[in-house]
Amino acid sequence: METSVLLIIVLPLALAAFNGLMGLFVPAYRKNEWIIGGLGTAAVAIPFVLAVKLFLGFHGEPEVVTYFTWMAAGDLQIEFAYRIDQLSLVMTLIVTGVGALIHLYSIGYMHGDAGYWRFFAFMNLFIFAMLNLVLAENLLVLFLGWEGVGLCSYLLIGFWYTDLKNSAAANKAFIVNRIGDFAFLLALFVIFAVVTEKIDGSFGFDFTTLLAPETLNLFGAGTLLGVVLLFFVGATGKSAQIPLFVWLPDAMAGPTPVSALIHAATMVTSGLYLLARLSPMVLMAPAAMTVIAVVGALTAIMAATIAITQHDIKRVLAYSTVSQLGYMFLAVGVGAYFVAIFHVMTHAFFKACLFLGSGSVIHAMHHVEHELEHKGVLGSNGEPNDDPLKRVELPYEGDFDAQDMRTMGGLRKYMPWTAGTFLVATLAIAGIPPLAGFFSKDEILFKAFELGYNGEMWAYFVWIVGVVTAVLTAIYMTRAYLLTFEGNPRWPDAMDTKPHESPWTMTAPLVVLAALAVVGGFVGLPAVLGGSKIHHFLVHDGRGPVAEPLHELHVSPSIEWGLLFLGLAIASGGVLFAWFVIRWGARGPEADASVKRFFGPLYGTFSRKYSVDQFYQKVIVNPVVNGARLVFAPFDENAVDGAVNGVAKMVQGMALRLRGIQTGVVQHYALAFVLGVAVVLALMLFA
Amino acid sequence: MLETFLFFLFAVVAVVGALGMLIARNPVSSALCMIMTLFAIACLYVTLDAAFIGVIQVLIYAGAIMVLFLFVIMLLNLESVPRLEQLDWRKVAAFVLGIAVLAELLAVISLRLDVLPEAVASSEAAEAASATNIGIALLTEHAFSLEMIGVLLLAATIGAVMLAKKRFV
Amino acid sequence: MHLALNWYLSLSAILFVIGVLGVLLRRNAIVIFLSIELMLNAANLALVAFSQTFGDVNGQILVFFVMSVAAAEAAVGLAIIIALFRNRETVNVSEINLFRG
Repeated sequence: METSVLLIIVLPLALAAFNGLMGLFVPAYRKNEWIIGGLGTAAVAIPFVLAVKLFLGFHGEPEVVTYFTWMAAGDLQIEFAYRIDQLSLVMTLIVTGVGALIHLYSIGYMHGDAGYWRFFAFMNLFIFAMLNLVLAENLLVLFLGWEGVGLCSYLLIGFWYTDLKNSAAANKAFIVNRIGDFAFLLALFVIFAVVTEKIDGSFGFDFTTLLAPETLNLFGAGTLLGVVLLFFVGATGKSAQIPLFVWLPDAMAGPTPVSALIHAATMVTSGLYLLARLSPMVLMAPAAMTVIAVVGALTAIMAATIAITQHDIKRVLAYSTVSQLGYMFLAVGVGAYFVAIFHVMTHAFFKACLFLGSGSVIHAMHHVEHELEHKGVLGSNGEPNDDPLKRVELPYEGDFDAQDMRTMGGLRKYMPWTAGTFLVATLAIAGIPPLAGFFSKDEILFKAFELGYNGEMWAYFVWIVGVVTAVLTAIYMTRAYLLTFEGNPRWPDAMDTKPHESPWTMTAPLVVLAALAVVGGFVGLPAVLGGSKIHHFLVHDGRGPVAEPLHELHVSPSIEWGLLFLGLAIASGGVLFAWFVIRWGARGPEADASVKRFFGPLYGTFSRKYSVDQFYQKVIVNPVVNGARLVFAPFDENAVDGAVNGVAKMVQGMALRLRGIQTGVVQHYALAFVLGVAVVLALMLFA
Repeated sequence: MLETFLFFLFAVVAVVGALGMLIARNPVSSALCMIMTLFAIACLYVTLDAAFIGVIQVLIYAGAIMVLFLFVIMLLNLESVPRLEQLDWRKVAAFVLGIAVLAELLAVISLRLDVLPEAVASSEAAEAASATNIGIALLTEHAFSLEMIGVLLLAATIGAVMLAKKRFV
Repeated sequence: MHLALNWYLSLSAILFVIGVLGVLLRRNAIVIFLSIELMLNAANLALVAFSQTFGDVNGQILVFFVMSVAAAEAAVGLAIIIALFRNRETVNVSEINLFRG
């Protein structure tokens, strides 16, 4: 038990260090892609096997393994301890399982990249940090992981750092995350202040103490609300919710496996994990839960509407991720923590599959781009050739972009595996039964409806928003699938330039993830279909790590059936709408025109992404920059530099006057010596 | 009574010699005055019943060290300093400071000696400081220090030779 | 019982201060050196006086060591003066200011 947990944690770290150091100091090692990739994948696959073993041997009682004392100062004693319980096991399985598949995929995807070793070192480091986050027994170890994943996210977004755009995106992600991390820290301080005074020998950072009812009762209602809201702000940073979601779409600058692993399946769900872990605490702050639900719902619909207008395939998926995370926060807000974790799991499956599929497509389109450049149709940077004989028309202004769906189309013919798995994942996220997304999303909406039905009117509001978002989800995902894989090819010289399917290391993870996206939902069947296994596992009749509201909620089975069919109807309605409008109504990029017509003036707002970035630029960034320029720059130049230079000038002046003392004649020194003797004697006599 | 008389006699000789050393313009005169002081101090040792130290004082200081001084003075063939050196503030300050230190020392001696232990009889003291007892103490209790003094003298000899060699500095 | 200890100590103080004044006032390096010897002797006198007053032989042992060190110092110091004179053609310390920065 202790050894397995230790191996799970340490193996990714060890191989990250190995690959990183070897790559850094032994240039010849960088060429061994199979060794680097194999070791990197094994560093995640072996922990996955160990986690499965732990999962099968788990008996329902949480266990804490302590390795060493991290810090000890007076009474404060922070242990490096990990917690094995239902929640951490589920998260560990997701992180290592999906992580292993994505690592396997990366072996093929990153082929030929100069930073191959760096990539796998960072990825393994990320897995290490993420495992620290989900397995931590106390908030400080969790925070270590929390910051660690932020760091790895930064490193991997800026992986191709020679492009300034990527570095800027990495900085943006890091800085926005700092805001959330700051709130997290404040929450820690409050807990420290509240709990330390009251409980001897414990500082309330370990979950066993913190989540015990006696400890939670120490908090006043207002303090508890504040702590939960601070944690929620921390979660909005990491999990890309309003108002801190702006970094996630830009984070797509990183390699696609990074988007799949960090910005879809694992890191962005850490905010959800945190709230689920602290669910007994969150439950005691109902006002905070309302805020969480409303923010989640608004994020969901906002991101979904933006996703409809995007042309970059990865950006569509990024906004889709933001939207789905909003769903999960909605679930947390209505008190259905286990459903949030359930959706985390199913979302990890189908969103990872979608991202990896898009990566496969981008891989193929890059091949097309290189072939076109080789033929001279495109310039070396993907710009259309000026030569009138070879002139080609792109469907949009600017350079050829391998990620732009407007130059794709008809790829199903060339890459059947990618297209098939992408379709399965699309249907899963759209919520077509019996795929995974149907059950988890339906359960979220059901829980929201249930709460509204039992008297909380605001829950109806988030439920309606959720339903509308579900329709939009079906529409934009179907649109993405159709634009990419159906219709006729739209890249230049399409008759003679043929993309091809990716290697097996890339398609195999796709197939596995698609299969999981099909069957993953069956662990969480609704009550009328036999009851949710994951609910039973996580909640464990009130003894599990995930708490539930105590009050009984009742909805008659007929309404539950009705909601199930409503879910089916909105999902298929959305898919069919998109299918008819885009596939048969209009072809290719013209399809966007019909979407545009449908939404009318709103479309502009959507495609401008609600101008949130511009708003932040105007309201926060510009004032700060201008303020710095107007106030702090002169202050720095005059006051700070003035003080420094002034000290130097003063010393210089004093030295010029004092150097007269240093005559070099020993007798003068002896005179001072005797003066000292006289003073000492005087002190002896008179003092 | 004789003891008191001898003390003041030698004390006066010592102070006069010291002052002579201080104010003589010729270094040779300074050295000769110094020898007079050293002799007086040796005599004071004898009046203190410390005959051994008195003899050593004459042998080492008056006999060896002062001869060395005179030898160097002759070797360098130094001239007398001009009669009136300029009286600058440093000299005044040095003089005032010296007098202040002297006053303070005398004040300490007259005011703060009450903490000392009881004095012993002079016969007992003479017995304790006999050459036999000094020799025993030197070669038993302080044997290591004695060896170290030997090493120090050797090092000083070598150092002096090195320094005095031509073209060393 | 010898003459009162105070007298010897006073004489020692006077000789010591004369030595101090010699170091501070004279310019001739050799006279300064002599003054230092005088200070050492003043200290020796105090030591012997204490030793004889309290019947403790250790004071005279220390005097013995001081004399040895003074001899060593005289040898090295005079050698330095010779070397200095050879270089600077003077033993006037106010003209020797190698310590000046």
